[in-house]
Amino acid sequence: MSEWIDVGTVDDVPLLGSRVVQAPSGDIAVFKAADGTLFALRDRCPHKGGPLSQGIVHGHSVTCPLHNWVISLASGEAQGADQGCAHRIPLRIEGSRILLAASALMARAA
Amino acid sequence: MPKKLVVIGNGMAAGRVLEELFERVPGAYEVTIFGAEPRVNYNRIMLSPVLSGEKTYEDILIHDEAWYEAHRITLHRGKPVVEIDRVAKRVIAADGTAAEYDQLIVATGSMPFVVPIPGAALPGVVTYRDLDDVEKMLVTAQGGGRAIVIGGGLLGLEAAAGLKAQGMEVTVLHLMPTLMERQLDPSAGYLLQKAFEDRGIAVRCKANTHAILGETHVTGVRLDDGTEIPADIVVMAVGIRPNVALAKAAGLDTNRGVLVGDDMRTSDPDIFSVGECVEHRGLCYGLVAPLYEMAKVVAAQLAGDETAAYTGSVTATKLKVTGIDLFSAGDFGEAKDRQDIVLRDAARGVYKRLVLKENRIVGAVLYGETGDGSWFFDLLRRETDVSELRDTLIFGQSYVGGAPLDPTAAVAALPDDAEICGCNGVCKGKIVQAINEKGLSTLSEVRAHTKASASCGTCTGLVEQVMTLTLGDKFAKSTVEPMCACTDLGHDDVRRLIRAAELKSIPAVMQELGWKTSCGCAKCRPALNYYLLCDWPEDYEDDGRSRFINERVHANIQKDGTYSVVPRMWGGLTNPRELRAIADVAEKYNIPTVKVTGGQRIDLLGVRKEDLPAVWADLNDAGMVSGHAYAKGLRTVKTCVGKEWCRFGTQDSTGLGVRIERFMWGSWTPAKVKMGVSGCPRNCSEATCKDVGVICVDSGYEIHFAGAAGIHIKGTQVLCKVAEEDECIEVIAALTQLYREQGHYLERMYKWADRVGVESIRAMVVDDLGKRRDLYERFVISQRNAQIDPWAERVAGRDAHEFRPMANFTLAEAAE
Repeated sequence: MSEWIDVGTVDDVPLLGSRVVQAPSGDIAVFKAADGTLFALRDRCPHKGGPLSQGIVHGHSVTCPLHNWVISLASGEAQGADQGCAHRIPLRIEGSRILLAASALMARAA
Repeated sequence: MPKKLVVIGNGMAAGRVLEELFERVPGAYEVTIFGAEPRVNYNRIMLSPVLSGEKTYEDILIHDEAWYEAHRITLHRGKPVVEIDRVAKRVIAADGTAAEYDQLIVATGSMPFVVPIPGAALPGVVTYRDLDDVEKMLVTAQGGGRAIVIGGGLLGLEAAAGLKAQGMEVTVLHLMPTLMERQLDPSAGYLLQKAFEDRGIAVRCKANTHAILGETHVTGVRLDDGTEIPADIVVMAVGIRPNVALAKAAGLDTNRGVLVGDDMRTSDPDIFSVGECVEHRGLCYGLVAPLYEMAKVVAAQLAGDETAAYTGSVTATKLKVTGIDLFSAGDFGEAKDRQDIVLRDAARGVYKRLVLKENRIVGAVLYGETGDGSWFFDLLRRETDVSELRDTLIFGQSYVGGAPLDPTAAVAALPDDAEICGCNGVCKGKIVQAINEKGLSTLSEVRAHTKASASCGTCTGLVEQVMTLTLGDKFAKSTVEPMCACTDLGHDDVRRLIRAAELKSIPAVMQELGWKTSCGCAKCRPALNYYLLCDWPEDYEDDGRSRFINERVHANIQKDGTYSVVPRMWGGLTNPRELRAIADVAEKYNIPTVKVTGGQRIDLLGVRKEDLPAVWADLNDAGMVSGHAYAKGLRTVKTCVGKEWCRFGTQDSTGLGVRIERFMWGSWTPAKVKMGVSGCPRNCSEATCKDVGVICVDSGYEIHFAGAAGIHIKGTQVLCKVAEEDECIEVIAALTQLYREQGHYLERMYKWADRVGVESIRAMVVDDLGKRRDLYERFVISQRNAQIDPWAERVAGRDAHEFRPMANFTLAEAAE
């Protein structure tokens, strides 16, 4: 298996929005910030497992839809005083394709 | 070269030392902090409002990340220090992280005391000390159930009130005969117990817990007398113990706490200690005011002022339970040379007692009315001779000298060195001086510059009075809170500017009004989207990305990430065809729960997001549209059967409910709007706790509004009475439109009514027919673009990406 897996095109993800990639290791949320930067995180808020893909994207952050934790898209870390990490999934752009790290996709969730 | 200062402990005392230090000698020290908790510094005395749901963690932060960064502090969080090597002058944390110091501060605080009884280590037994504890309690409270709080002191009672507010059944067990016996005399303790019992909290005094019961988790407790009380959670709040283990192991002198002199130095002159871990002149303190006084002295010493000295504190206590006013200070034990002045007003639930010794106040207990607490406390601390005032002393400061004075007179009469803020030790003179010198005019500025009312906030009123006295008319009490951190403007200003400058898009608002962030945040974006939608219904295009998920996918998100779907049933009416369609949908999509809501609609719970469009398509096919149960908009119009069936019904309340719902559905509002129509004053549709309610009477329709049955329960107020159904609908639409135009986003109708005043609403909607018409017209125009079923739009393909994963690899993997 290759190290990177093609999950779709850059245009599949709406600006200031997200899409979900379902993987054996659990759902992964792929976000596109206002400046077009793409990020991938595990689709679970470190607080209570809320689906981050359903949150509002602002700056390079997303606010969890369940209890408004703000998560950094770049690091996965909870912002402000909250503690926890949603875990970043390594992401690469090749042309117009989005590639995610195979290891992160296939590893079964612990 | 800055000297190296290491601080062990990242709590309130340590934080205050650093604040004072940075103010005195900026840059003089290179600071490293070790904190055992994985957080920045927060206001521990505000845990109770967090537990009761009145505040959030964000509200009680003292220092955010930026503060640590700005002062170049190295913060090791979640790293408890395990060793102080006084010879090498360095400290070592559990994970091996080490730091060298020139000066060290031990601020290890205290630990909650756990009564060593059988079962004390069971899961479900928690202490009440930090946010983790609060979090545990909140999680348990989500399922309702029963809680037992062991300890009827300040902390225990605050925990009990908080858990009750979260919906648990609560019992307080207290060893002593009356509550808070260290601060209150038995009479006040009795009133307090009654107040708790009136709120539905059981209180058992003289209750000694024998054992905590349970196999794998707490199930209850057994008392000495054999009584067993069931419980899902047991909170131990029996006291705290100074945390001295580390200091002791390092060879510092300790007793109950770490011993310090008046200079706050320990037995090692390079090591200071501050906070709840300290023992000073034989006393350990567990309240915040003394810790802050100590912190000042530590900072002064570190800044080179060797004369700075701490000489001990007289403390006062307030219970932070909303609705219970209680103040206690000093000593009120019985003794021969002491005299009591007592005021009881049983009907009002007021009890005041002053204990005098040689014409000086030595103790004060105030229950039910605590406005004079700070005045009595001031007389007590100053040891003022009160023989001249004695006749009217108990009535408080307003009565001293005869006639009652106006409210600010009490504060005007205070001397400059009278303490206004007990938590932070800020006196009146300092506030006045800061206002004059720095040109302060808002409460938040005064808080920032003086710290007054910045901790527990119970002195906010006093601080505002000082501001009124100093600034006169220039001080407008209602300081405007900014919408969010992205702007300095409040909601009203933003709304006014959107209209005045004809701003018609979110980027335009952010650009023209100088937003501080590039694309806002999750607080301001939904608000701006709503304001633009409301003000420019024909021009503005809704921005789905600035809506909360519920409104983006037109269903309610549930805790597990599934959704719930509620179809409209106009006025609560349905028929066999609709019921059959709902049943079919539930079966077809394996929807696990079908529930009737409080608003007379049917809720399908547990729908997978991918299934939403198909579920909607089926419901649409059966003629049903979205019930907007997710919307900040019109939810339901609840009805009774009215004169068609009911022997008491006076009008066709069901028909009116259906008419209102058909006319108003789809309208977006600042927060959800629920309505009800009852056919007679028996009020079977519970119209008097709705945002808008109609009570039908023989002569017409009584229109009610500004009620709620949510976090706050509010009965409605009568807006007006009208004779005709058409007029009833016109008034309701005009009222809703006024709320749409004036409400702050997420502000319920009753809060809006409180803020702007019922009279001003009545003047626009009832008295001025021209204004009512205009409002009504604007509502009608807005409805032209609002009454589009969001489900049908999505079934037709809008936002399809929302409901489909971008890729799915789970099946591929299973085939491997």
